[in-house]
Amino acid sequence: MPPNLFHSPRLDRAIDALMPLIAVLLALLVGGLMIVLMNANPITAYRGLWDGAFGSKNAVADTLVKATPLLLVGIGICISFRGGVVNIGGEGQMIAGGLVAVAIGLGYKDADPTLVIIACLVGSFVAGAVWGGIAGVLKAYFNVNEILSTIMLNQIATFGMMYLVRSEFIDPRQKGAAAPIPETERLPRQFDLPRIGGALDDLYRWLGLSGEGGTQWGTTLLHNGIIIALVLAVLVYVLLWRTTVGYRIRAVGKNPRASRYAGIPVRRYMVLSLVLSGGLAGLAGGIQLLGVRHRMNAEGGAIAFTGNAGFNGIVAALFGGLHPLGTIPASILFGALLVGGNKLQRTVQVPSALITALIGLVIVFVVGSDIFVRRRSRRRVTVSVAEATEAAEVRASP
Amino acid sequence: MSTSSDERKLLPTGHERIDHLEMRGIVKRFPGVLAVDHVDFDVRAGEVHALLGENGAGKSTLMKILYGLYQANEGEIYLNRRKVTIKSPSDAIALGIGMIHQHFMLVPSLTVAENVALGLKSSREPLLDLDVVSARIEQLARTYGLQVDPSRPVWQLAVGERQRVEIIKALYRGAALLILDEPTAVLTPQEVDDLFATLRQMVQDGHALIFISHKLHEVLAISQRITVLRDGRVVGSVPTAQATKAELARMMVGREVLLTYDVPPVEPGPVRLKISGLRASSDRGTEALRGIDLEVRAGEILGLAGVSGNGQRELAEVIFGLRPATAGSVLLDGQDITGKSPAELNRLGMSYIPEERMLDGVIRDFTVAENLMLQEHAQRPYSYHIFLNPRAIAQRCANLIRNFNIRTPNQETPIKSLSGGNIQKLVLARELAREPSVLIAAQPTRGVDIGATEYIHQRLLEQRARGTATLLISEDLDEILALADRIAVIYEGEIVGVVDRAQAQVETLGLMMAGVRHETAAG
Repeated sequence: MPPNLFHSPRLDRAIDALMPLIAVLLALLVGGLMIVLMNANPITAYRGLWDGAFGSKNAVADTLVKATPLLLVGIGICISFRGGVVNIGGEGQMIAGGLVAVAIGLGYKDADPTLVIIACLVGSFVAGAVWGGIAGVLKAYFNVNEILSTIMLNQIATFGMMYLVRSEFIDPRQKGAAAPIPETERLPRQFDLPRIGGALDDLYRWLGLSGEGGTQWGTTLLHNGIIIALVLAVLVYVLLWRTTVGYRIRAVGKNPRASRYAGIPVRRYMVLSLVLSGGLAGLAGGIQLLGVRHRMNAEGGAIAFTGNAGFNGIVAALFGGLHPLGTIPASILFGALLVGGNKLQRTVQVPSALITALIGLVIVFVVGSDIFVRRRSRRRVTVSVAEATEAAEVRASP
Repeated sequence: MSTSSDERKLLPTGHERIDHLEMRGIVKRFPGVLAVDHVDFDVRAGEVHALLGENGAGKSTLMKILYGLYQANEGEIYLNRRKVTIKSPSDAIALGIGMIHQHFMLVPSLTVAENVALGLKSSREPLLDLDVVSARIEQLARTYGLQVDPSRPVWQLAVGERQRVEIIKALYRGAALLILDEPTAVLTPQEVDDLFATLRQMVQDGHALIFISHKLHEVLAISQRITVLRDGRVVGSVPTAQATKAELARMMVGREVLLTYDVPPVEPGPVRLKISGLRASSDRGTEALRGIDLEVRAGEILGLAGVSGNGQRELAEVIFGLRPATAGSVLLDGQDITGKSPAELNRLGMSYIPEERMLDGVIRDFTVAENLMLQEHAQRPYSYHIFLNPRAIAQRCANLIRNFNIRTPNQETPIKSLSGGNIQKLVLARELAREPSVLIAAQPTRGVDIGATEYIHQRLLEQRARGTATLLISEDLDEILALADRIAVIYEGEIVGVVDRAQAQVETLGLMMAGVRHETAAG
């Protein structure tokens, strides 16, 4: 085979790596056209979007706070999709996690805050794991489609939450009164997830980076949930690619028959993928509760509590190539779009639906680029295998 | 003069003959692969031209170009010296070219006549004319010795009969040139004889036939000319009268090939695997195994011969704990293992090379290394607690790749980009590395090229010398005759007989594969 002078493996790989970014840029380009059609200036609009997401310390903090549940749900999605099960139940699992966290927090108001926070987080993980595990057991042992069952479980969790918040969990002060929005008590302030702005400022000072006035991050709402999520993203990466458990999850996901032939208990690992995935979504709910909402209310359905993170986390995971580490920048990107979208709406007076459309465009372009990359890499592998086989044959013949 | 030559040009079916078909300088590129590389090929009326080559040599691709399923990147096709373009199978059929695929294209629930009429215009639209079709089928059947009942539904037919329906379908559509893609792969020896009789009749009547195969003795038996393809190129084209098996094998593989093996005598040891009264159901719920009794001893290869679909797959699956037995038992070294899980059987020293290697044997999207570790990954030193040990894994994989001669650029190559032979070598490496005491090998060389087949056979014999009890399930009688110490024949879920290889005759085995009991078959 004649060597191709324009064929450089390094360049190829660089293009592949940049492809998601190129896809985002193309999506923004098409989005810009839409903005033009709405008689607004796309450059002003995108500057508004950028400022809204990254323009100030507060904006960056907001973006990261929004990215946190996306990342947690997203790394869970990485596990479940790699394990061959489609978990659409992030919303319900987040709510289950939030409910358990609120129950623990309100039940032990006077206990040691650190212990309560840990108990809330662990409890929310377990709740989400159970909620996901139900769908897992139904799939593995009764052959119930997990897409349907997780969606149904979302509904059950949402209405269960509404019922509980109106009855058992309702703020005692609202009892008997005709409250406009039934809600729980706010959790005691000592149970709020610690803010990390102050620590960041200390770090800046230690590095000699803080200018006049000193504190800059201290006033932001950034809490340590993002740290938990980042650490877990690394742990999930280790789980999937450095442990026997992750290896088996991926084997079952790619080919359950061959896994069964090789002696892997396929059903158990199917359940496990949904348990872990649900647990991480449940934890996202717990962190959302302790870090952002501090209470649950019965109005507005699931989205009022989750902010749609149960679904957007799936998108973030797909954008991150179903890789836990790739999901980190993907979550931040979608967090930025969500936060910046509000600002965009205010600066150029375009409907907020535009942001939804923009996110949709990003997805379409990213999925498209993924197919493109995959086709390129397949071609490359075929060529390299053909060359290697040829070389091996040349060596074999005297 | 002209009228008589016109008459001569007609086939018994009433269609015109194809006196000469020529493919010139055909090139077909797939992304990254040159599948067919400047191939010239021709066939004349009244001859069988065999196309011989290993899997992936380009035989099927070349013929798919002729049948209009692929478009060539370069090259021309001439029919009776006139250039033609074939853009689709319907173009090919209109020109009188037919193709019998390896996998039959029949609708099981329809009758033979309905299948033949499918897609053709009825003589009295919009009503069907199945009576006309049936009469014509019977006429064709008489002319060519293709016995079929037009009114029977296809699902009731045996494989050999279904193939006859395919041939009738092609003839009905006026095929003067017929491409047969590995037509004998699914047939018993007797059915092969019937097929060859039909083919000879067709040749005599002026049809042109292209016979694709990788079985040397069949090619030598039926063809007049043989063209050998290797790596998409024509290695040579010889008249069959001047060809020998060894020469053809060398052309196919590019080096000397062992066609028979020295099977050193091994004194069989104690019974390792004992199957008694085993019964099981098929996926459809019908009884697939109807009381199987078999014994395999240490240091022995027991060949299980039979036409595909007579319970072989179910037997292997029941033994390996993948399908429940409804009655009977499987003993491993005297211990009842019926219904134990594959993981337990692995631990007890049992290995299984599944028939469907891409489906059951490997994980397509996994790398070579990941596939090699499917069973041992949870053992030390390949993992401690739950953490994998990449260094130990890499070392083991490097050893296996070297010892089993797996051709792969590296361990991280996705397995789906390897050739079938190399994938099978990988499965073999994984299963034999454990030094199993019992090995179930189902169709270990199906779809594998000659070079790799030879290699796999050698490894199986080596394993036999080390005392492994091997159950070799194969539809390839040559393979069984080359390797097995004893041969059991399965038919409709029953063992119709077990014979020593020394006493085995192809004819007897063939009759047994068709369901004739051993005693009667031998007598």
